Formats: sequence, C-alpha cells, structure tokens
Amino acid sequence: MNKYEFKPKSKIRELLGEKIIAISAFTAIVVILLIFIFIFKEAMPIFTNAKVQNEASLSKLFLKQQYYAGHEPKWSWQPNSDVPKYSLIPLFIGTLKAALIAMLFAIPLGVGAAIYTAEFASKRVREIIKPTIELLAGIPSVVLGFFALIVLATALQKLFNFTYRLNAINAGIALGIAVIPIIFTLAEDAMTAVPKSLREAAMALGANPWQVSFTLVLPAALPGIAAGIVLGFGRAIGETMIVLMASGNAAITSASFTDSIRTLSATIAAELAEVVFGSPHYNVLFFVGALLFVFTFIINLGGELILTRLKIRLQGKTTK
Amino acid sequence: MQTLKLNDTTDTAFSFKPKSKGIIPKGLMLLAVIIIIVILAVIVAIVFYNGIGVISWKFVTHAPEQGMTAGGIFPAIFGTVALVILMVIFGVPIGVMTAIYLQEYTRPDSKITQLIRIGINNLAGVPSIVFGLFGLGFFIGFIGAGIDKAFYPPGRPVWGQPALIWAALTMALLTLPVVIVATEEALRTIPRELKEASYALGATKLQTIRRIILPQAMPGILTGTILAISRGAGDVAPIMFTGVAYYLSYLPHKLSDQFMQLGYHVYVMATQSPDVEKTKPILYGTVLVLLVLTFLLNIVAIFIRSKIRNKRVGQ
Repeated sequence: MNKYEFKPKSKIRELLGEKIIAISAFTAIVVILLIFIFIFKEAMPIFTNAKVQNEASLSKLFLKQQYYAGHEPKWSWQPNSDVPKYSLIPLFIGTLKAALIAMLFAIPLGVGAAIYTAEFASKRVREIIKPTIELLAGIPSVVLGFFALIVLATALQKLFNFTYRLNAINAGIALGIAVIPIIFTLAEDAMTAVPKSLREAAMALGANPWQVSFTLVLPAALPGIAAGIVLGFGRAIGETMIVLMASGNAAITSASFTDSIRTLSATIAAELAEVVFGSPHYNVLFFVGALLFVFTFIINLGGELILTRLKIRLQGKTTK
Repeated sequence: MQTLKLNDTTDTAFSFKPKSKGIIPKGLMLLAVIIIIVILAVIVAIVFYNGIGVISWKFVTHAPEQGMTAGGIFPAIFGTVALVILMVIFGVPIGVMTAIYLQEYTRPDSKITQLIRIGINNLAGVPSIVFGLFGLGFFIGFIGAGIDKAFYPPGRPVWGQPALIWAALTMALLTLPVVIVATEEALRTIPRELKEASYALGATKLQTIRRIILPQAMPGILTGTILAISRGAGDVAPIMFTGVAYYLSYLPHKLSDQFMQLGYHVYVMATQSPDVEKTKPILYGTVLVLLVLTFLLNIVAIFIRSKIRNKRVGQ
C-alpha cells in the first residue's frame, strides 16, 4: 500500500474523532469553571454557616476587631492563637508590598531591555538576549526563592543593615526577577509589531533612530508594554514559592518595606497542610484562594483586552 | 532599507529637530540588558560554585540519609520523572487536540474560538497555588473521595488523599496552555497545499490530521511537551497539597502513592531542615540538578522552536 493512499473509512469513526477533538477543546473553559466552583464551594461557609461566621465573618476578615477587652481594635492574622484572628488586611498589605517592589524592580529592567532589543540591538546581540530571557523565565520559582533566602537576603542585609533579614524588599526583588520575562516579552513583541512603513516615514521626515524609537515606536507600542506590566503584576500577586521562602512570613500591618511580610499566596501554602478539614480556618484559606483567583482573573482579562486593542490599532493603520 | 535623511523639515507635528544621537537613553537601555544577563549569570554561577562539589554518581542514585544532611536525591528524581510522565500522558493529548480544533476545525474569528482562547489565556494566568487548592478540592475531595465511597469499605481513604495521580492531573491542567500554544504555532506553519493534496487523494479530515498534520506538527508538540516537563519538574505550589511528600522511605509504585519531587525537596531542605548549615551542600547540589535539568529542557525547546520559526520564514 502506498503511503499516501487512503481507504475510505466509516462515517461513524470520522464523526467520533471530530467529537472527541471538539470536546477536548473545551477542557480549558471547563477547568476554569470547575476551579471557580470548587474553590468557592469551600469558601462558601464564610457567607452561610453561622458557626464559621462566629470566627470568620466578612467583617471579621476585613474590619478592625477588638479581640481582648480594653485593647485597641486592630487588624490581625493569627489563626492558631487562643482567640483565632482572621483579618486579611495584613496579608493584603504584604502582597501589595511585595508586588510593588517587584514591579519597581522589573519594569525599568524589562521595558528598558525590550526597547534596546527591539530598536537598537544587532541580530547577534538579540540572539544572546532572547534566550537569556527565556532561560530566566525557565528558572523554577522555588530556585529563585532559595536564591533569595540563602544568598540575596544575606547580601542585602550586609548592604543595608536590615532589622529583619527576610523582608518585603528581599522577596520583592526575587519576585521581580520572575516578572522581568513577562514584561520583556510582551513589550518587545509590541515594538517589533510596529509597522516598518511608520518607521520609514519618520526617518524620511528627518528623525534619527532614537527619535523614531522614543517619539513613534514607543507610543505606538505603549498598550503592549502596559499589558506586560498588568500581566506581570498578576504574576507577582499570585506567585507563591518565592514569597513563601523569602519574605519572612510575618503578618505585620505596617508601611515599612523593611519589615517581614506575609502574602495571600504564601499563607495558603504555609497553613493549608496543617489545617483541620472543614474548620473555619480551612474555609478562610479557600476564601483567600478565591480572592487570588478573582484578582488574577480580572487582571488577566484586562491584559488581554489591552492586547486585543493593540492588535487592532497596529493592524488597522498598516496596509500590508 | 532605504531612507531619506532630510534635516530641513518644516515645523509640523511630524517634524523632528536634529538632536543629539541619544547616547544616554540608549546607554540606559543597554544597562538594563546587561543587568538582566548579570542576574542570570550570578544565579547560575553561585549555584554551580556551591553545588558542583556534591554532585557524584552516588548523589543521584542514593536516598537521603541522616535527616537529609547526607546521601543523595534519588527518590526526588524518581518522583519527578514519574510525575512528569503521567502529566504528559494526561495533558499533552488534550492540549494537542485543543490546538487542532482551534486551527483546523474552526475559523479564527468565530465566537467559539474566541471563547476557548479566553479560557486558555486565563488558565495560563491562574496562580499555581490556586491550582493546588483546586486539586485538593476537586481531585482529592470530590473525585478521589467519591471513588472511595463507591468502591471501598469505609475506613482509611485509598484515593481520597494526596497521591501521584492527583498531582499529575493538577500539573497537566496547569501546563495545558503551554502545550496548546506551542502546538498551534507549529500547526500554522503547515502549508495549505499539503492538506489540500491529502484531501484530493480522497483522505477524510481525520485521516489528514493523523497522517499529514500530526507528523508535521511534531516539533511543535515536542516543544510544548518539553516546556511543560520543565515546569512540572520544578513547580511546587500545585503539588503541595495534592501528592508530594516531605520524605518517603520507599519509591512510589502505584498511582495512589505519594512521591518526592526535586522542587519540593529544595523547599523542604531550605526551610524545614533541622540543621541548615549541614544541609547546605546537599541543598546546593539539588538546586544545581534542578537548574541544569530545566535549562537543558529549555535550551532544547528554544532550539526546536527556532527551527520551526525559520521554516515559517522560509515559506
């Protein structure tokens, strides 16, 4: 039989094959829905179960509480104390602190390197930069966490005399290393996608290469850079192992970036294994997971929206 | 590229005054590049410098000894391999079929395609710790406990507890977008003439997919699989509650067993060791093994992908 000879096969088999492929294609959507359902299912008792609400109602999770008579009301996360305290505010603050440092670290490096790569780098230099970024993206986050815990924390403490060895700055920088590839990739893609005709027009009008880059390409590619920053922020909020290892994991409500922090994601990772199945603590941790899911979902949708707009904008203006 | 350089432009919105060559901004951009390369180099150098000393045949073939301060990491390597094999078996076929559906069965601008794409992109953005929670709530609490209830006498759970299969399934879902994106990229490079020739010879769509499209898309499927494996070998958060163990005295030999994994082993040794200083050499060695493994996988993936891209440019 010839390699390229096909026997007519049964219609049933054809139909079955197509159905299996079509059903598989919906896996991603089904999984998103299942994640939504099963995480909210375990978080629900916070809204419905009076016994759970006694310890962890919405107001207890978000508002200042007076835990002991005569003490100032405050936000506190101490699930294992004799009076369990489930305020999420210290965790929010910790998460935002780490993410803020990560973005301050990653945006200049990611965007700067992207501009250089897309606009100025020779082909050979580009062939060094791009695999470097891909390898950086390939480093497992537990390795970055390890690096921040063992090496970076010691170096930073020696340099700046931090009171706490593990703090928001240390965790944030390690987190930033994980975010750089996301920002770089999207920003570089956006700038490379700016039509050549636009550049040539500007050059014809007398602009020199860096004027073309900064007054034309950069503004045109801005949505792509914005999307990279938004999606990078999503990653910074959700990343777990780095902050679990490098942040000190103390739920402190303060404005100082040199204090230890405890993030939403690290709280789940550190506490879920030891929690009693179905206890208020268990429900609260799933609620934290639900919040993370919703936050990142909105952030990703926003990023997607910006990217779609960019595509229309760049394609709409060119006559390829 | 042909450009005209005119310096005597009129003063309109699109006029550019001749300025300095912009050495400073360009230098700053270059600095960013250099810093990134240095960060990667420093991480790699420190891990190599401290880890290379403990690497030996014994290290990769023996179990940890004396509270992880001596011995090797074989169970973690074994568990990692078992995990990624199962993950590939569960995840890659679904990812490939999704990509085929998107590229071969639907039009890119149809509502269904757009919906699936939103699903994939959002799945890629779900934090891995949320996948871990989902694996615990769905696979262990719902499916596993359900199987126990239906087929096993009440008592000790068999499937309703952390196990290799649940961790592998969780990881398969997590890496699904990676496989889909890489396969799609390869599918786009297949010339239409090839498919049309196949149809002209009387092949059905399914036959064309199996005999023409799949073999042509193999490099892309391979790239996606390799990147998924690289992720599966090192990602810890999704398996923390779904199957990985701190220490096991035996190797996993059935799907309901727990297992050890390289990434988790690093985490355990770095944070829960009773004697951090004594563990450190082994810890660095383990990180080195994990880093070399993921780098090798990524380099192979980068290489295959650049071949696919060149093919596309060549057309």
